[in-house]
Amino acid sequence: MEALNRFFDSDVWWSFKRSPVTVVAAVLALLCILGAVSAPVLAPHNPYDLAQISLLDSNLPPAWQANGNPSFKLGTDQQGRDILSTIMYGSRVSLLVAVCAVAMSILMGVSLGLVAGYAGGRIESLIMRIADIQLTFPAILVALLISGVARQFVPRDMQDAMALYVIIFSIGLTGWPQYARTVRGATLVEKSKEYVQAARVIGVSSSSIMFRHVLPNVLGPVLVIATLNIANAIIAEATLSFLGVGMPPTQPSLGTLISEGQNFLFSGEWWITVFPGAALIVMVISVNIFGDWLRDALNPKLR
Amino acid sequence: MLAFVLRRLFQAALVMLAVAFVAFSLFNYVGDPVNLMLGQDATPEQKKDLRESLGLDQPDYVQFAVFVKNAMKGEFGLSLKQGRLVSTLIKERLPATLELALAAAVIALAGGLLMGVYTALRRDGWLSQLLLTVSLIGVSLPNFLIGILLILVFAVSWQVLPSYGRGDVTMLGWWSTGLLTASGLKALVLPAFTLSLFPMTLIMRLVRSEMLEVLRTDYIKFARARGLTNRAVHFGHALKNTLVPVMTITGLQLGSIIAFAIVTETVFQWPGMGFLFIQSVQFADIPVMAAYLVLISLVFVTINLIVDLLYYVVDPRLRFDRAAGAH
Repeated sequence: MEALNRFFDSDVWWSFKRSPVTVVAAVLALLCILGAVSAPVLAPHNPYDLAQISLLDSNLPPAWQANGNPSFKLGTDQQGRDILSTIMYGSRVSLLVAVCAVAMSILMGVSLGLVAGYAGGRIESLIMRIADIQLTFPAILVALLISGVARQFVPRDMQDAMALYVIIFSIGLTGWPQYARTVRGATLVEKSKEYVQAARVIGVSSSSIMFRHVLPNVLGPVLVIATLNIANAIIAEATLSFLGVGMPPTQPSLGTLISEGQNFLFSGEWWITVFPGAALIVMVISVNIFGDWLRDALNPKLR
Repeated sequence: MLAFVLRRLFQAALVMLAVAFVAFSLFNYVGDPVNLMLGQDATPEQKKDLRESLGLDQPDYVQFAVFVKNAMKGEFGLSLKQGRLVSTLIKERLPATLELALAAAVIALAGGLLMGVYTALRRDGWLSQLLLTVSLIGVSLPNFLIGILLILVFAVSWQVLPSYGRGDVTMLGWWSTGLLTASGLKALVLPAFTLSLFPMTLIMRLVRSEMLEVLRTDYIKFARARGLTNRAVHFGHALKNTLVPVMTITGLQLGSIIAFAIVTETVFQWPGMGFLFIQSVQFADIPVMAAYLVLISLVFVTINLIVDLLYYVVDPRLRFDRAAGAH
């Protein structure tokens, strides 16, 4: 209760209330997350339960059009699956991949950045050079190349089962340089402060200084980058899945749904691809707007 | 100067070697090339012979050296799926990608300049505000969705433009071009526009901020004081001075345009190198994958090397910073 009161009393909450665009974006982002997380409970149908789908319901238009069926609000696809439900289940996969990938980037980037900043010397220049080189390639290309290569090392018959891990790995491995750079910069600043010297004088080990004393003080900017990177990771996952090197059709994410729906554009079933696309747009833009606001709100220089 | 150039060249070579190593491990550790080439019923003798003739019985480092030597000559062997030389395949697909990338770069440059100048000159106009807002939303959307929306509007609803392929192509030697036929040009419109959107917004924002800065300078005030027309001031003096950074950025973006072409080519089934790469990933066509991996890395390493050297020539401050290895 105490903490909650303090939060509602803070500058951050005040600036949040004052920006209607951010409030709308945050509500939309929350709705997306809620819909995704509770898909098994909230979704009107279970599109992957063969007992619940019927080919008789296939290719129905959205409910408000002629021939629409009110129990399928956004229509159905060629196998009779409810589009609204596939979107909810798909967002679940998209969000899961994005969150895990960002977590992996943070883990890698923060530890490498800490080590680089704290150790200095050869280790530092090696880590930072690799980060520089990786940043000269566009992120989506790196993710695509890594996932293309990684897929080949997975046995053919396990490819669908492993797809989730391959895609998290490739997007996660793409994102670390940004965190490493930020954390290294912050560590360099913290390192020369008195509390670190005091800790060293009383004989605390390097790793414990790094992770228990320096780390908590450099996490602020990491939070901001992470929020913005969630949106990027969602886009990256959707793009990979759209290209057919991401999530398989048996376990579709939003990108897979869009890519499958693209085949039906010409026969007039636009809703199969347009609604998942719209869901993706809403999710990405709302998270982006929220991240932008968070960056400004947490940056004392802008106040 | 020499030390800096050598350092950069060395680093570029290291990156290429690392990429070559990844490509090489794909070749050697994914599946067994001998089984793939001979099929299931080959006798052990046949396998042994092929293994020897391919050099697969040599130690790994010798095989790697041979791989690098062949890669430098552009030889990556036969495509597993099509049974043709990878170098021929790439040569067939290269013109499609380059024409698409070039068209996109031209659209991005023209559109970006135009909108950048406009938004700088009419800072508070409603159209400027609209352009800036739309561009902000535009960059945060995934590229392939924009492509699909364009297909939905122009190819499905209005049926004015084709949604896939290159149309009719004419051969100029080994170079196939779609720029000489009406259907080829029509087919180019949607993919080139889709691909140009991201660099266009980038160029627009750059031109806008550079123009705003230049318009505040004394020589612009002087030009106005001399009684020159607005047009002469804006285009003869202001715009001209914004062009150097714009050219650099456009050059730099060319690399990412080629990279993003993978997505655009897949949306529009454009028969370029990116589409070839995606297909090779799906069919585990290792030689094609390896060739593309090496080629695209070469493009990026070269562009970055040139940019680094150019910066070095242009900005004398870097000579001390970079040479000391401090960043």
